[in-house]
Amino acid sequence: MTTAAPTLGQPTRLSRSRGLASRFLVFATSQEFVLLLVVVLLFAVVGNTNPRYLAERNVLNIFNGNAYIAVAAVGMTMVIISRNIDISVGSLIGVLGTVSGSLAINGYPIWSSWLVPILLGGVVGAVIGFMVAYLRIPSIVVTLGLLSILKGGLITVTNGAWITDMPDTYFLAQMRTPEISLLGINIPAIPSPIVIMIVLTLLAALWMRYSPTGRAIYAVGGNAEAARLSGISEKRIIMTVFIINGLCVGIAAVLWATQLSIIQSTVPAGLELQVITSAVVGGVSIMGGVGTTIGAMLAAILLSAINSALVFINVSPYWFRAVVGVLILITVLTDLLRRRRTQA
Amino acid sequence: MTTTTHTTDDSQEQMSSRIRSFLLRQEVILLIISLLAVMFLAFGSDRFLTTDNLLNQGRLLTEIGLVALSMTFIIITGGIDLSVGSILGLCAIILGVMWDPNGAFALPLEVAVVICLLVGTLAGFVNGLIIVRLGVPPLITTLATLALYRGLAEGISQARSVRGYPEEFYVLGQGEFLGVPTQLWVLLIFCILTAVILSRTIFGRAIYAIGNNELGARFSGVPVGRYKIMIYTFSGFMAAMAAWIFVSRVSTTRSDMGSGLELDAIAAVVLGGTSIFGGSGSIIGTIIGFILIQLLKNGLALSGVTTDGTIVVIGTVLILAILINNFIQRRSGNG
Repeated sequence: MTTAAPTLGQPTRLSRSRGLASRFLVFATSQEFVLLLVVVLLFAVVGNTNPRYLAERNVLNIFNGNAYIAVAAVGMTMVIISRNIDISVGSLIGVLGTVSGSLAINGYPIWSSWLVPILLGGVVGAVIGFMVAYLRIPSIVVTLGLLSILKGGLITVTNGAWITDMPDTYFLAQMRTPEISLLGINIPAIPSPIVIMIVLTLLAALWMRYSPTGRAIYAVGGNAEAARLSGISEKRIIMTVFIINGLCVGIAAVLWATQLSIIQSTVPAGLELQVITSAVVGGVSIMGGVGTTIGAMLAAILLSAINSALVFINVSPYWFRAVVGVLILITVLTDLLRRRRTQA
Repeated sequence: MTTTTHTTDDSQEQMSSRIRSFLLRQEVILLIISLLAVMFLAFGSDRFLTTDNLLNQGRLLTEIGLVALSMTFIIITGGIDLSVGSILGLCAIILGVMWDPNGAFALPLEVAVVICLLVGTLAGFVNGLIIVRLGVPPLITTLATLALYRGLAEGISQARSVRGYPEEFYVLGQGEFLGVPTQLWVLLIFCILTAVILSRTIFGRAIYAIGNNELGARFSGVPVGRYKIMIYTFSGFMAAMAAWIFVSRVSTTRSDMGSGLELDAIAAVVLGGTSIFGGSGSIIGTIIGFILIQLLKNGLALSGVTTDGTIVVIGTVLILAILINNFIQRRSGNG
């Protein structure tokens, strides 16, 4: 039985030649579907023991709280698929968030405090990409060094001063879509981070699946030599991936900064781990070549849902990280088992 | 006559090329950079080059040093261990909770230390098992256990710290032996031990073989799996040793101890010339690496640079060192 290529976004020709039943099987065993199932199950079980977990406010909070992580995970997904890693994302979010807040309180137009961090993120991404692709320094070393530089640099420059009193129009992440009543169904006001997260994830998923460059990322990560022989420039792809990653981190930083009323000018601890975890649990194989942004988004939501659930079922939130660790191991193991079975 | 001149020419050439390749080794380059840094920093502050200060710095680098030693083995095999900082945190908490006279266990301190070392070793062993037996890549395995072990430390401690250890417990972290901080002796012993094992034993050669060509090593009879499990277990043990020394040095246990330690250790190893892709590297390089990092931290601090400014310098030095090394390797005909 070849239920090969279980992931949605992986370029695959299998589904074309197969019937509806086996197509459904491929879908049902995909990481994205399993994750969706787990999220729904979690909501059902926890909601059963404590109905307040399912309150509209809490559900929106769960989706909203990790939206910036999901956005950063879009970039991380591409980075890992191309067989690289970026452990500087947490520091970069901290730095760009501070840049955003500083622009806002120093009288620059609000749109520039949203746009500049994103562009700056792209520039930093280009620098990383250049060092990885052209100077041939392993991405883990580049981003390890960059992590120190950004983290130390941020506090040196700002002296850890807090940024407060941003203008009211600054808080992008606290804005909501208007309430719409469609065919008698009331769609509640959705916080903007959720909208941005979903739109960006879907766009990235489509781009990676259907555009030549997007597909080349899988090729480079799956088999660099074969990709080179078929005329794909590995260097250019890696450069592109890191620039897109930088832009995503920039957007994540703006979402992160604009949901806070105080920006503390520090680097959020362990953020890179949450972003990488989302990508990996979402079905991105650390071996490269496989994965989708949709899975990463669902994983980010799952993490948020678990964190919130611990509170509602009276488990100390101090256990959260242990749960996350077990979760990564389980998903990676099932991924390996599934792949071993399809290869056999 | 022509033949003799020819041979002397040859041997001279050989000699000079040997000297050149020696000078171009990463360890030597690093040593030169270190000496320059020391000279430069000594100008910045007259307190820098004093025995007191340098010995005190020895205290501070022991934990990173121990972990960097075992990390060298792992990186030479082409692996990585991101969980060492979390293992340190977990072991520190275990040590505190097991000993805590007001807690549930209230064991004698010696027993608590043994349990702490056992837990660290076990944590490393679990890493090794997952990597070797289940075939999960080291980066992902240890990323997961980074979260898991830190989570266990946080869950077990519930953010409470344990302090008030008996006076004799502090000998390891705050005492002296023959005028030198106690933990420096421990570090020295492990430096010699690991250097000999890596460069003078069959096991050490096998480690390089695994990093260069794992399949080849397996076909030539190297028990790759067993050796890998051994080095990850050793890494866990070293993190536990570091935890013991850390708790003894700062007189308290907290669950956030050692966070970020893995990055410092990896930086020291990579700075020391060990290739992150595996297959090459040395303990001497790692030793110079962690000493250089500590000297930079201290010297810059004494010259009035903030801790955070120092972190920037270390990050820059790390990237520059790799860049220079890459450049030299390519020039010297490897590329």
